[in-house]
Amino acid sequence: MIATIGSFGLFLGLVLSVYGAGVSCLAARRDRPDLLASARRTALVLVGLTVLAGALLIAALVTLDFSIRYVANNTSRGTALYYRVTALWGALEGSIILWALWLTSFTALVAWRYRARHRELMPTVLTVMFSVCAFFFLIMTVPASPFARAWPVPPDGRGLNVLLEDTYMFSHPPILYLGFVGFTVPYAFAIAALVSGRLTSEWAIITRRWTLLAWYFLSLGNILGAWWSYHVLGWGGYWAWDPVENAAIMPWILGTAFLHSVMIQERRGMLKVWNLALIILTFAMTLFGTFLTRSGVIASVHAFSQSSIGLYFLAFLGLVLVVSLSMLVWRSDRLRGHGELEAPVCRESAFLLNNVVLVGICFAVFLGTIFPLLAELVRGVKVSVGAPFFNQVSIPLMALLLFLMGAGPLMAWRRATLDHLRRILLRPLVVAALIGVALYPLAREYPSALLTFALCAFVLATVVEEFWKGARARQRALGEPFVQALGSLTRRNKRRYGGLVVHVGVALLVVGVAGSSGFSLEREITLKQGESMDIGRYRLVFRGLDATRESNHDRVWANISVLNQGKPVTELQPARKHFLRDNQPISRAVMRTTLREDLYVILTGADVDRGTSLHQATLKVLVRPLVLWMWIGSLVMTLGTVIAVWPDRRAAAAEAPAAAAEAAVA
Amino acid sequence: MKKKLKYLVAGGVIVGALGFLILGGFREAVVYFVTPTELKAKGPGAGGAFRLGGMVRQGSVKWDAQAVLLSFEVTDGKASVPVRHRGAPPDLFGEGRGAVVEGQYGTDGVFQAQQILAKHSEEYHPPAQDASASQQQDLYKTLRQQQGGGTGR
Repeated sequence: MIATIGSFGLFLGLVLSVYGAGVSCLAARRDRPDLLASARRTALVLVGLTVLAGALLIAALVTLDFSIRYVANNTSRGTALYYRVTALWGALEGSIILWALWLTSFTALVAWRYRARHRELMPTVLTVMFSVCAFFFLIMTVPASPFARAWPVPPDGRGLNVLLEDTYMFSHPPILYLGFVGFTVPYAFAIAALVSGRLTSEWAIITRRWTLLAWYFLSLGNILGAWWSYHVLGWGGYWAWDPVENAAIMPWILGTAFLHSVMIQERRGMLKVWNLALIILTFAMTLFGTFLTRSGVIASVHAFSQSSIGLYFLAFLGLVLVVSLSMLVWRSDRLRGHGELEAPVCRESAFLLNNVVLVGICFAVFLGTIFPLLAELVRGVKVSVGAPFFNQVSIPLMALLLFLMGAGPLMAWRRATLDHLRRILLRPLVVAALIGVALYPLAREYPSALLTFALCAFVLATVVEEFWKGARARQRALGEPFVQALGSLTRRNKRRYGGLVVHVGVALLVVGVAGSSGFSLEREITLKQGESMDIGRYRLVFRGLDATRESNHDRVWANISVLNQGKPVTELQPARKHFLRDNQPISRAVMRTTLREDLYVILTGADVDRGTSLHQATLKVLVRPLVLWMWIGSLVMTLGTVIAVWPDRRAAAAEAPAAAAEAAVA
Repeated sequence: MKKKLKYLVAGGVIVGALGFLILGGFREAVVYFVTPTELKAKGPGAGGAFRLGGMVRQGSVKWDAQAVLLSFEVTDGKASVPVRHRGAPPDLFGEGRGAVVEGQYGTDGVFQAQQILAKHSEEYHPPAQDASASQQQDLYKTLRQQQGGGTGR
C-alpha cells in the first residue's frame, strides 16, 4: 500500500515537473502571467509530493515494512527508532528524496519570493529549476526507486550500516545536500540571463545570498563529514582525499572562486563570461560529484553501492554542459566586459589571482580523482592516486591563497599604490614574521607548517587592523565608543566585514589542519592489566576490560587512567562494539580535547591472555595538536556568514537602481 | 599589444607552475594496484608503492599482540605473498575475506604494509560467522563471568 502510493506520488512528481517546465517556458514566449501563476502552484504541489514520499518512506522504515527493498536493506528489528528515521538518508534511494525535497522547496521559494519581480528572468529561471526537478523525479521513478519491492519478503532486514548509527552522521548529508542544491538557484538565474540577453550583473546580485548560503552549507557539510570521520571512523584522521570527499570539495572550491570573482563584476563590470562559466561549472560539479560517488567507476575506500544511476547522471551532466556552454558561446558577442585591469596591483588583480589559484586547485583535484580512470582506459593499468599528491599540490597553492586572503581585501580597487600597500601591510607582515620566529624552535622540522602558521597570523592581523582602523575612524569622527563603533561599522557594510570574519574562521581552520597534520604523535601498543605507556606529556595506565550487552551489540571497553605530567587528569574508556547480526567489530575512539591538543585513543584489540588470564588491550594512541581550532574556525565561519547574509533594507533598495545604471552603461 | 603580451606571460608562468606541481605530485603519489601473481612476476624488491589486493589465506593470520605485529598471506588462488604489518588487524579484517594492503615489496619477499584498507561501504555486510567471530564471543563470555554475569556498570 505504502509502496504503491509512494511510487505513484513520485511518478506524478515527474509529470508535474515536466508540466511546470513546459508552462514556464511558454510563459516566457507568450508573456502570459497566468501560466506563471500555474507554475508557482505546481512548485508547491511538488514540495507536497516530496514530503509525502519522505513521510511514507519514514513510515515504512519505522514500522519495518520489509516488503520494501530500501527498508529491508537499511533497517532491522534491532535498529533503534531514531536510526530508523535517519535511515531515510542512510543510503542512495532515500537520500535522493532528501535532495529532491530541498530542490522542490528552493523552486517554490524562488517562484513565490520573486513572483512580482524580475519578469524577464523568472520564466526561464523556473524552466531550468523545474527541469532539474524533473531529472531527480526521473531518477526516483526509474533507476533508484525508494519504493521498489523486496521479493521474497525477508523475515528481517539487513540493518543500517553500523557506522551510520551516529548522532552527527544524521546532520551531515542533509546539510551537504543543502549546499549542493543551493547552487541550482544562481545557475538557473545565470541561464535566464543568457536566454533573456540581460547580461548585466543583475542575475548575480539577485542570487547573492543564495550563493553565499549554498557555499556556507557546502562548507559546513564538508566540515561535519570531517568531524564524523574523526570522531567515528576511528583512524585518527579527518580527511583522506578519497574520491567521495573530492566530489564534495570540488564544487566548494569553484563556488569559493565564484563568490569572489562576482564581486569584480558587480564593481567593475569585468569578467562576465568567466562568472557565467564558473557558476555553470560549479553546478555541473555538483552533478559530477554524484556521478562519481554513485556510479562505482572509481574504486573508493567508501566503495559506494554501484547502480545504473551513474549513467543517468552522466547523461544529464553532458546535457547541462552542452546546453549551457553553447548558450555562453551564442551570447559571447554581447558579453564584452566594459572595464579592464588598470594596474597590476589592485583588488581586482588579487581577486583574479585568487580565482586562478582556486580553479587550479580544483583542476588538480579533478585530475587526481579521475587519473585512475584515465590510466586504466589509456594504459590498461590500475593505479590509485594517494593523499600525498593532493597535499603536495594544494599546500603551496593554499599558502598563496592565505597571503591573498590577507592582502586582497586591504587593497584599493582599480589601483593600489605601492606606498599605500606598504603602509597597510607592514604591521601584519611584522606580526607574521614575529610568529614565525617565535614558533621556529617548535616547528623547524616542518617548514610548510611553520609558513602556514605565519600566514594565518598575517591574515588574522590584517583583519584585526581593518576592524580597528574602521572603528577608530568612527570613534574620532562621530564620537561613538569603540565597541559601538565596531558594531555600526559591521552593520554598515555587512558583506565586507562578514567576509573578513569568514576569513578569520578559515585561518583558524587552517591552523588546526596544519597543527594536526604536522606534529602528530602516534603509538600502537599492547598493554596487560596494570601496565602503562607514555606518549608526549601523557601516561596511560590500563586498568582492565569491561563488557556489556546492548540491544544489538556487545560492547567491550578498556578502562584507562590518563596522567598529564604525572597528574591524573581523566579516565578514558575506548570501546569496541561487536554487532550481533554480522559480528562486525567497530572501534569507537575516545578523546580528551583541549585547546592545545587532542589525546585520541582507539581500542584496536581486546583479549584475555590464556596463560595468565590477565586482560590485555591493544591501544592505538595519537596526540593531535590544535584539532579543536578546526571546529572553532568553522563556528567563526558560521558567524561571518550570518553577518554577511543578514537582511539589509538599504541594500535591497539600492540594488535595483545600481543594476539599472549598469544596464544603461552596457 | 604590450599589455596582452604581459598577460600571456603571467598566464604562462601560472599554468607552468601548476603543471610542474601536478606532474611532480603524480610521480610520487601514483600507486599501482597488483594481484599477488603480478607482484611475484615483478620480483622481490620491486621499487615503488603498491596496493596489493586479494584474499587473506585461510590459516595464515598470525597476530602477535605483544609485538603489535600482524602477519598473513594474500592470495589470488595462484600465488600468495606474505605480508607484514605493524599494527592491530583493522575492523572487517579476517581470514577468507578480501583485503587491500598498501606498502612496499621488500627484497626478502615479504610485503611491508603501511596500511590495510578496510572497506566501509554504505551497504557492506560481511559474512556472518567465522573463526574470529567465535573468539570474540569467548572473550565476551569471559568478561561477563568475571563480573558475575552483570551487565557492566
